[in-house]
Amino acid sequence: MTKRVVIVGGGTGGTIVANRLRRAEPPDELEIVVVDQDDHHVYQPGLLFVPFGLAKLDEITRPRGHQLHRGITYRLGKVDRVDVEAEQVLLEDGSSLGYDVLVIASGAVLAPEETEGLTGPGWGEKVFTFYEPGGATALHEALERFRGGSIVVNVIDMPIKCPVAPLEFCFLADSYFHDRGMRPDVKLTYVTPLDGAFTKPVASSRLADLLAAKGVELVTEFNTAEVDGHGGRLIGYDGREVPFDLAVVVPLHNGAPFVGRSPGLGDELGFIDVDEHTLQSRAHPNVFALGDAAGVPVSKAGSVTHFQGETLVENVRQFLRGAPLDALYDGHANCFIETGFGKALLIDFNYDTEPLPGHYPSRVGLPLLKESRLNHLGKLMFQPLYWHGLLPGRDVPGIGADMPTHGKSTATVP
Amino acid sequence: MTTAIYAGKPVEVTDEGFLENPSQWDEQMAREIARAEGIEELTDRHWVVIRFMRSQYEEKGAGPSVRVLGKTSGVSVKELYQLFPKGPAKTAAKIAGIPKPIGCI
Ligand SMILES: Cc1cc2nc3c(=O)[nH]c(=O)nc-3n(C[C@H](O)[C@H](O)[C@H](O)COP(=O)(O)OP(=O)(O)OC[C@H]3O[C@@H](n4cnc5c(N)ncnc54)[C@H](O)[C@@H]3O)c2cc1C
Repeated sequence: MTKRVVIVGGGTGGTIVANRLRRAEPPDELEIVVVDQDDHHVYQPGLLFVPFGLAKLDEITRPRGHQLHRGITYRLGKVDRVDVEAEQVLLEDGSSLGYDVLVIASGAVLAPEETEGLTGPGWGEKVFTFYEPGGATALHEALERFRGGSIVVNVIDMPIKCPVAPLEFCFLADSYFHDRGMRPDVKLTYVTPLDGAFTKPVASSRLADLLAAKGVELVTEFNTAEVDGHGGRLIGYDGREVPFDLAVVVPLHNGAPFVGRSPGLGDELGFIDVDEHTLQSRAHPNVFALGDAAGVPVSKAGSVTHFQGETLVENVRQFLRGAPLDALYDGHANCFIETGFGKALLIDFNYDTEPLPGHYPSRVGLPLLKESRLNHLGKLMFQPLYWHGLLPGRDVPGIGADMPTHGKSTATVP
Repeated sequence: MTTAIYAGKPVEVTDEGFLENPSQWDEQMAREIARAEGIEELTDRHWVVIRFMRSQYEEKGAGPSVRVLGKTSGVSVKELYQLFPKGPAKTAAKIAGIPKPIGCI
């Protein structure tokens, strides 16, 4: 009998899983349905470049269905909730989809309204976010109009997608204003709730050095209570204030709202509680999750989603056969960090190993934790690789789910 | 690892002062850890948070983040910062005798 896998979300993770699964299982044995609420697949890392005029929305957006292989059903519709007992996905239009296996790849949503004042006066005028397409475009216009003053980049609280993106924004802003010949007229400040520039100690100190070298002030352990757009200041819970003429804010993130409406599916923030290695739900064995939707202790990043996709597909196949799940995700993550002036650095880590210097994926490869022109090209080259390599579910040579260790100077870890 | 004396009892603590063994904790110890953290008197509202932290730890093996505390403990994020100005999740975990919350990545 044909079984059915329903995948909620046709973004990075949903597309990778659908395509890999389709390649592995014949259509007469497994039906694959992908549900998404819209038809605009955005290459989200590209959003970082939009405010600086380095990318345009139409260049980083494609129709979702085109990214899915033949033999996959693409269903345009918004999921209202999941009934895990009845094994049904209920859509807002009143229809429902039964499943044998449910894969949740519904990403994260921004919740700017959860921070006092953030969506109040000044929102869209001098307070922006580049984390969604509309905001990135509006910020581009604001930067073009900017004639000097103080810009703050503020992360409200973790977890956020791609925790390095706001740092990259600082580096690119430094480069952008330099190119416009007005860098001395712009004060850049990075305001973070963390106790350093980044979460992982070795990378954190390197990134803090880079911020300093580029004249970006670093304010740490700042927990934003309120964004006063009218008065132009961030107000912390401890009473500290940071004034601004323009604020670039990364709002709080939650899981997709349908998760909260589906009893037994997610945690307090709407992320899915899955085993961090098998990606199987702890409460419901026929439910799996990956990417930004998954509540696992790892960065919410496209690279993570990609690596998890490989593991998840293996485990779903094992599950359908009634076999034990033996594919284990090791927490592997890597990211290119744009550092401005045509350069970038690369970090690579997993659950147990923090980002190390060296080269990736082996001794002859891209330099790790070091600025280089090669890494910048890596990031730019990534968009075609995304559409033509990762999403179709091809194995990209050298970029596998398990973190490579050769080529790294493990000796330098304290 | 070091040894601290709280409520007259020697206990193992981490470099940052979190109890190694949450079962050694008692309420008198909580008051003394709080004082060391600059909180002179634990009010009923502090206790709501501390008890919540302990029950979450027993249930899930880890203390909640500030965001989760704000959504589930019945104490708003704003009040949490008033009660534990140096950082609610960390300070309350220390006073509640449970491990340091794992920061997000
Ligand atoms: C500014 C920015 C820069 C980034 N830079 C990088 C980077 O350099 N490197 C990196 O690795 N990662 C980066 N990322 C992160 C990366 O884009 C995400 O981690 C990745 O896309 C997550 O994939 P996903 O499948 O989990 O979620 P998504 O790709 O976001 O897909 C989720 C899908 O679910 C759909 N959905 C949600 N709710 C419903 C519903 N109720 N019904 C139907 N459909 C629904 C959505 O429409 C969406 O299409 C960046 C992100 C941002 C915002």
